[in-house]
Amino acid sequence: MPRHVIIGNGIAGITAARMLRKLSDDEILVISAESEYFYSRPALMYYFMGHMPEQALKPYEDWFWKKNRIQLKKAFVQEVDVKQKALRLDSGESLSYDTLVLATGSHAVKGNWHGAHFSGIQSLIGIHDVYALEENIKNVSQAVVAGGGLIGVELAEMLLARNIDVTFLVREFKFWNRVLPPEESQLLEKHIRDDHGVDLRVGTEIKDIQGDAAGRVAGITTQHGQKILCQFLGVTIGVAPNIAFLESSGIETAKGVLVNEYFETNIPDVYAIGDCAEFRHAIGDRPRIEQIWYTGKMHGEVLAHTLAGKRTPYKPVNFFNSAKIFDIEYQVYSRKVVIPYECQSVFWSDDHMRKSIRVFFDPQSKRFEGVTVLGIRLRHEVCDRWLREERSLDYVVEHLSDARFDPEFYPGLEQKIVDVYNLMFDKNLKLKKRNWKRIFQLK
Amino acid sequence: MKLMSSIGKLLFYSGLLVFLLSLGTGSFQLSQETAFDELDRLHLEDGRSYYSVLEPELKSLYGKEFSSRYAFLKAYRESVDRTQEELKKQSGLSIKDDRSVMILKRSTTGLLRNDMAFAFVFSFVFLLMPIGAVLMFYAKYKSPVGGIRHNGIFQNSLTNGGWLGIFLGTLLIGFYIVLYFFPEWLTNWMLLADPIKQVFIAGAQADQWFLYGLMYGVAMLVMGLRMYMKYRGNRYQMFRTTSVLFFQLCFAFALPEILAAFNQPAVDLKHIWPLNYGYFEGSNITSMYSYGNIGMTMFWWGVLLFLIGVPLFTYFFGKRWYCSWVCGCGGLAETAGDSFRQLSDKSVKAWRIERIMIHAVLVFAVLMTVLVLCAYWGIGNTPENPDMVFGISSGTLKWIYGFLIGSIFSGVVGTGFYPLMGNRVWCRFGCPLAAYIGLFQRKKSRFRITTNGGQCISCGNCSTYCEMGIDVRAYAQKGQNIVRSSCVGCGVCSAVCPRGVLRLENAPEETRMQQEPIVIGHDGIRLNEKL
Repeated sequence: MPRHVIIGNGIAGITAARMLRKLSDDEILVISAESEYFYSRPALMYYFMGHMPEQALKPYEDWFWKKNRIQLKKAFVQEVDVKQKALRLDSGESLSYDTLVLATGSHAVKGNWHGAHFSGIQSLIGIHDVYALEENIKNVSQAVVAGGGLIGVELAEMLLARNIDVTFLVREFKFWNRVLPPEESQLLEKHIRDDHGVDLRVGTEIKDIQGDAAGRVAGITTQHGQKILCQFLGVTIGVAPNIAFLESSGIETAKGVLVNEYFETNIPDVYAIGDCAEFRHAIGDRPRIEQIWYTGKMHGEVLAHTLAGKRTPYKPVNFFNSAKIFDIEYQVYSRKVVIPYECQSVFWSDDHMRKSIRVFFDPQSKRFEGVTVLGIRLRHEVCDRWLREERSLDYVVEHLSDARFDPEFYPGLEQKIVDVYNLMFDKNLKLKKRNWKRIFQLK
Repeated sequence: MKLMSSIGKLLFYSGLLVFLLSLGTGSFQLSQETAFDELDRLHLEDGRSYYSVLEPELKSLYGKEFSSRYAFLKAYRESVDRTQEELKKQSGLSIKDDRSVMILKRSTTGLLRNDMAFAFVFSFVFLLMPIGAVLMFYAKYKSPVGGIRHNGIFQNSLTNGGWLGIFLGTLLIGFYIVLYFFPEWLTNWMLLADPIKQVFIAGAQADQWFLYGLMYGVAMLVMGLRMYMKYRGNRYQMFRTTSVLFFQLCFAFALPEILAAFNQPAVDLKHIWPLNYGYFEGSNITSMYSYGNIGMTMFWWGVLLFLIGVPLFTYFFGKRWYCSWVCGCGGLAETAGDSFRQLSDKSVKAWRIERIMIHAVLVFAVLMTVLVLCAYWGIGNTPENPDMVFGISSGTLKWIYGFLIGSIFSGVVGTGFYPLMGNRVWCRFGCPLAAYIGLFQRKKSRFRITTNGGQCISCGNCSTYCEMGIDVRAYAQKGQNIVRSSCVGCGVCSAVCPRGVLRLENAPEETRMQQEPIVIGHDGIRLNEKL
């Protein structure tokens, strides 16, 4: 019976393990240097803020793994011997494999500023960072978070929950402008500043870091020359694949482990998925390294089929993602990861409600290209179907109520978009009432 | 905000202190008017009033002052005992209810009979305590924008199952034990409740049950205000909270008092069998019918609600129409109990125990009721011995049910265990009505919690805050709809989900139970495919 060894018990590795067990009786062993059991990384912030106990981090009860004959081993893999098909662990132990899955995830990119060595500076990736954070914030009253991505926002919220003042440095000139149009950025910036009292500074980076006599961070200087006092510095400037241990293995890497659409590396029977994998050729308009929870899950599902005997390519279709910036939820459902520049949109927002909807369309074909929302919930299945069926903007706007996923009794905001649309195009479109038969595709 | 919080705490705790201390005050003196008023309206089977029979023994107590309630009660109960002995010898009859608690209450003299002192205590309890609590909550939940923040819940020993929670749980359990089994300790609080009772019925006396109903209503109202503050922005929560407040304060508290004031049956029209386990007791049926048409209508209303209302409403809306929008137990759980919902056990083991226990209680309730009805209808028993139905004592069975399930499980454990095991221990492990409604929800209903394709990040907030201990995350991360007989539809899982994955909805029945769920987003595989 072949033994599949998976290095890494994050969402990609664990999904591969679980899915493989559903499809096959082969031996499955998951090795992790990080934790004994799989835990939800997105849950870490809620644990830290006291929303849930530590054991709630684990989506599966401890007996689940034994019951499903998925062996777990806590160990660090120092070397991969692809010729012997063996792993050398930090304990000295040697482990053989028939197939190897690299699902080692990412580590935080460190800044190379002067003073980056002081204590009281850390990033946020895993459970050990949360333990470290608990120690590092003792007696801290002012913190700086450098790096305006989603992890940065979460870290800022975590620090605020402990009554620590936060200065949030964002390199971009508008918050998360790699993804968001300016109006949405504006709405979120206002929320971060006005509703939560975070000192958000866009277009700002760290130039260097100062420390005190004890070797602890005492403040930073921005590239504009501003000095900001702090006793804690969170560095959230990006993540990079964990591939250092593969240096002399013969497995080809660049930024990440190089794979094709089957997740195959250059070595037979060696695969890579999740944050640590880098597609040699981009699939569609997807980035070559996908560092999202959802894509990690999808990678794991697809690879499991290959490992179970049916070689299956990864064929991501429409893109989706979601996040939460303090109190505002964000969702996107779109054909492409990055909405094409030529696309136009029908946009509505309400600052007071802190909500917005933006429906993208191709100006030539009038085809619906995607929708992003702040503070509003949409039905994934319906949005995805609209994209697959290549519906027109008209159709989508008319049937927008079908996509409503806000809780019952919430005011329907679809009429707002219809009104904007009618104004934009000088039309008289009528919003259709939500129809269950249409939503669930019943006869 | 800090100042408001401090003022709130000061008002609340000083009110609480006065409330607790007021229990111990007073001395006791029985008067003939009190004895007459309490005892003359009750009669032995031979027509003699309790008063006429007890008077010879009680005479020696009139005007005698007792400094402790125990001394008073001892003397009173001894008088009653002596009378009972005589009665038994003479005629074999006995006094069923010695009214000792109400007589003790009405014989209270001292501090609480002084108008100024009474007003002082009353305002501390009914004004300062609630206002203090509301101020504390306002300071805590005030923010420029809606959004649920559970910061610090698991770092606080009151809400994480720690020592403060255990302490509160002990106090609550103690209160319920006293309420059910030693109500004489609470007579001073009943005195405080008198003015409110008299709003409804002039000159009436508040007993421990009115006191309990009043405390229940005040707790729900204050904690309901907290719900509005905490969940503001979430319309489902606001509407639902309003609903339970309405049903408890109007249907369960005020309406019965008003009905009694008009000499109509004082019935809580939403308190149906089998939750109201005494519904089909002979004495209840007789009593309802004795009120004529209105009593009969109310009685059959309850029956129809059970037989037709439950299947019908549960089909359209799910169990939530009752359990988290109407029921009184649910009402307290959703308001006062909201702070403790995270303490429910989500393990599979707990689920296995739950399913056995709740259906066992249902079977017990049904059996007990069948026997009691048989006793009433004269099936399986004899006129000489109406209690023994098919050789089983229906009265004893009813008493056991009432004690174990009605008092201990539903009352003491039900609320007392809030800070220990969460706010729905009774609802989840015991309530036979919940078991009944749950069968319909699971088998024949349009209700479900839809999960949004692949957006789940397995954070676990949904499971943590599910008061019924459903591992919501297990369904959400698979994209599988939640159709569970125990789900009361409180909607908090949906409210706390940070990615908008969950939605409570009533939709075509055939779309409830899906195939093996698929994470939408890639076409590499169709998960149902066989290899």
